[in-house]
Amino acid sequence: MDFSWLQKYGPLLLEGAWRTALLVILAGIIGNILAILVGFGRISRNPLLASATLAFTSVIRGTPLLVQIFLMYYGLGSVFAGWDWIHGTFLWAYLREGFWYMVAALAISTAGYTGEVVRVALLSVPRGEIEAGRAFGLSGFQVIRLIWLPRALAGVLPTLAGETVLLLKSTALASTITVMDLLGAANVVRSQTFRTYEPLLFVAAGYFLLTMLIERGFRVIERRFAKAYRRA
Amino acid sequence: MHFVDLLGWGEDSWANQFIVGAVATIQISVGGYLAGLIIGSLVCWVKLRGGRVPVAIAHGYSTVCRSVPEVLLIIILFYAGQTALDSLLTSLNIDPEEWGISGFAAAIVVLGLVQGAYASEILRGAILAIPRGQVEAAQAFGLHGVTLFRRIILPTLVPYALGGLANLWMVIIKDSALISVVGYNELLFTAKQAAGSTKYYFSFFLFAGAIYYVMTLISNGVIALIEARVRRWMPKMS
Repeated sequence: MDFSWLQKYGPLLLEGAWRTALLVILAGIIGNILAILVGFGRISRNPLLASATLAFTSVIRGTPLLVQIFLMYYGLGSVFAGWDWIHGTFLWAYLREGFWYMVAALAISTAGYTGEVVRVALLSVPRGEIEAGRAFGLSGFQVIRLIWLPRALAGVLPTLAGETVLLLKSTALASTITVMDLLGAANVVRSQTFRTYEPLLFVAAGYFLLTMLIERGFRVIERRFAKAYRRA
Repeated sequence: MHFVDLLGWGEDSWANQFIVGAVATIQISVGGYLAGLIIGSLVCWVKLRGGRVPVAIAHGYSTVCRSVPEVLLIIILFYAGQTALDSLLTSLNIDPEEWGISGFAAAIVVLGLVQGAYASEILRGAILAIPRGQVEAAQAFGLHGVTLFRRIILPTLVPYALGGLANLWMVIIKDSALISVVGYNELLFTAKQAAGSTKYYFSFFLFAGAIYYVMTLISNGVIALIEARVRRWMPKMS
């Protein structure tokens, strides 16, 4: 075991860790917002909306994420590259970068998996509480924002922590489409120092630490939620 | 060009390559799943019966395997596993190249190790869910050892574990695609080659995705049948 390369490649690995964290944050925010929409869509009384979101979650959960990523990056990427007018616009700067395809693919995947969690959570809130909110004169959107969603999400916080850890682990696939995330940085170190295992083991420890960080963070949020309900 | 013409038919066609790739995906999924069950059972047994140090090691294994990205584990274990396997086979005077099992075996071991971490937790939960009195009653009737396990513990354990184990099967079909990262020739690797050499990226990745989707849909159907059979004695849930 030789870790003397750490001094030279430390900044590169740190930058990779930051990009990994950025992927989790961006895809997490966009993905969870989409997941809430998918969750409401799944329990909608509108048959068109319900079956469309059901088909979406079924396909997303039924195919490998790596295939979805390749379909986005290589498939959609080559389609965009074929449109000449797009090269001149500001969009092209984003559409050339693997990073944004990765954010999109991860957000869509999160929407599919977490959407099911949200669906179950929404159904678990007692109907009487929602009806009580309506009886107090809250509008439909106010009921969702003030009662339905917070009640539903508080119950599934541990599950959401697990989903976020899964999201973190999925970000490692970014290195397959040339994104310089934590694993991508390790691959650079490997190819330049000809050390096979040390860089990989080092970033494995990095992912382990990030996982612990996510779990710790969610435990803090859980305690906040528990306190808020005790006061009420 | 129309996609059907692109796929072609016959020995040298992409269609044939895709069949070979899909078969390879099913092979490493089944192999990895069985390896995962074996590893999971052993680790579960250690967790329930072992001394303090083995238990700590077993918990460490499942914690690490569940918090490090699968693709990273696969890269590490694939190279490490292949090197170890090659030297083992060479020391036994078997040429690994000639047998062509080196990559295949490494893929199965790697997927098995990743799955084993989850399988051990599922099995542990299922065993702990068996009412103690049931085992004691069986012992009072004179059952012990293998018979006790085969006639009482296993049939009670399977319904509890089935949901989790079925989920693991769905996970491994999808995780097997990660093996393409280390250059093993399975379904996604075939799609990558086809897409790269024809430049029809969208069509070929969509096609590969459709094949995976059919696999998971069929699995869902079969799992529903197995669940109905295994749970036939359990009280019906509303």
